[in-house]
Order: sequence, then C-alpha cells, then structure tokens
Amino acid sequence: MTDAVAEVGGTAGVAEDWARDKQVFGVPWGKAMMWIFLLSDTFIFSCFLVSYMTVRISTTDPWPNPSEVFGLSAFGYNVPLLLIAIMTFVLITSSGTMALAVNMGYRKDRKKTFWLMVATAALGATFVGMQAFEWTKLIMEGVRPWQNPFGAAQFGSSFFMITGFHGMHVSAGVIYLLVVANRVRNGFYERRGGNYEIVEIAGLYWHFVDLVWVFIFALFYLW
Amino acid sequence: MADKEGGHQEHPLGIYWLFWFLLFLLSAFSYWTDFWPDGILRQTAILTLMLAKAAGIVYIFMHMWWERLALKLAILGPPVAIGVLIWLMAYEGHYTEDTREEYYGESTFEPEPVHH
Repeated sequence: MTDAVAEVGGTAGVAEDWARDKQVFGVPWGKAMMWIFLLSDTFIFSCFLVSYMTVRISTTDPWPNPSEVFGLSAFGYNVPLLLIAIMTFVLITSSGTMALAVNMGYRKDRKKTFWLMVATAALGATFVGMQAFEWTKLIMEGVRPWQNPFGAAQFGSSFFMITGFHGMHVSAGVIYLLVVANRVRNGFYERRGGNYEIVEIAGLYWHFVDLVWVFIFALFYLW
Repeated sequence: MADKEGGHQEHPLGIYWLFWFLLFLLSAFSYWTDFWPDGILRQTAILTLMLAKAAGIVYIFMHMWWERLALKLAILGPPVAIGVLIWLMAYEGHYTEDTREEYYGESTFEPEPVHH
C-alpha cells in the first residue's frame, strides 16, 4: 500500500498519482469506493434540495413558516423548531462519538471502539425515532405530500421527500454501524490481520449523514 | 505525516474535541438566527454557518484535510457543478413565478393558523 503513494505533493502530486500506471488513490480501495459513493449521494441530495428551492421560488401561494410548523409548546411557551434543535443536537453528538470510535479503532482499542459505535448507533436510532414523531404530528395536523393547511402544497412533498430520504440514510447507517461494531467486538477483523480501516469507512458514511442534515437544517428548517 | 502510510488517519484526540465543541457552538448560533428578523443578514448568517459546519465535518471528521490532493480534487471538484444547477433553477423558478402571476393572478390561498 505504501508504495502506491508518491512522495510528491501538490499539483505535481496529482499528475504523479494519475500518470504512474498504478492505482490513483493511495488509500484502501474500500475508502476510495465509499468516497465515490458519497459523491454520488451528494448529487442525489443536491437534486432534492435544488428541486425544493425551485418549487419554493415558483409557487405563488405563501410558504408555511417552518419555525411555527415545527414549533412545540413546552412549559407553556411556544418554542420555535424545538424538536429540530434537539434532533440536530443528537446527530452532532453522534458525529463526535463516531470520530472517537474511528480513532480508537486505529489504536486497536476494540472495547472502546465497540462501545463508541454502539453509542453512535443508539443516538442515530433516537434521531429516527424523533423524526417518526415529527412525521406523525405533521400528518395528524393535515400535512400531506399534495396539500397542507398552512400554505403552498409543495411544502409537504419537499418535506416528506427530503427528510424521508435522509431518515432512510440514518436508518441504514444504524444497521451498518451495528454490523461493524459487532465484528469489532467478536474479533472478526483481528483474524484478518487487525486492520480497522473499516471503522473509518463506516465513519465516513455516518459523518456524511450528519453533513446532509447541516444542509437540510439550514435550507429547509431555518430558511 | 499520517497520509504517507496510505490513508491511515490517526490524529491527536484534541482536534476532535475542539471541532466537536465548535460544531455545538456553530449549531447553537444557527438556531439563534431563527429568532432574527428575516432579511439579508439572517440569510447570510444561515449560509455562512452552514458552510462552516460542512467544511469542518468534511475536513476534520472525514479527514479530507490530510488526504492527498488527487483524492481531494476527485471528490470536492464535481460538486462545484451543482452551483450551476442552483443558478439555472433559481432563474427558471423566478420565471415560472412571474408567468403564474401574470396569467393566474395573485394567490388566493388563506393559510390556517398553526396549533400545537
């Protein structure tokens, strides 16, 4: 693996990496593949968010005010975006535990890696649970993909499509993390030479889910 | 440097704690903008905070900072094209809105108040 990475850096390094008739990226193939998958996923989410922008600009009906629609009353006050703020907090926390899990994996501390990954998955499951609550609440209030009482019909279709696709990514991530965590625990990777790159690759996916949420939070909930 | 070993990304823990803390702080700021009056200032703040958080996640948590330029360009280059799509669709969206208003008139939709 080491000889695949040239010593030259910068733009000369780019030419070197592409022109030397060997593998281009000096990283494990799984990591290069995960990055390329995430790049394609970036385009999928971008298409959703750009469509949302287009329908929001082009509709003549008023757009529902997200801070009211997603507000909750707590302790007698109407707090704007309360649930969304908590969901953001949960997802950021899980991103931190994941980053620590990757680090512990490289240190070959299997126990800590396992528990940090389990914590990440648990936080992810909490996020999906809160999203299910949010969906239920909006559906009971009459929000549908084709209409809603608060404003432009496109609000519902954008909301269910974007958060639904993101929630599906989180759910898949929870399963992925639990599978990898279990293999860290039972020594699967130890028997294959003790390489914990897979934890970082799973981590890339998890951080990407958090990254997408940053964009959804800013563009859908705050805008 | 870690990247000489072919993608092995082991860094001091301090950088994760620092960025984790920053991520909470920036998100709190993002939430705070929801209480600001609508306008260019609020929109700029939302976008700036969003991009700062996104850059931090990609560069620090996803270790892009330490990867070689060939990988950085291959992954971070193509999304630049999305900027063109955003520009085109914003243009198209405004055109559609204008034609709708011209041919169908202003919206007569009366929103119901939100109850919780």
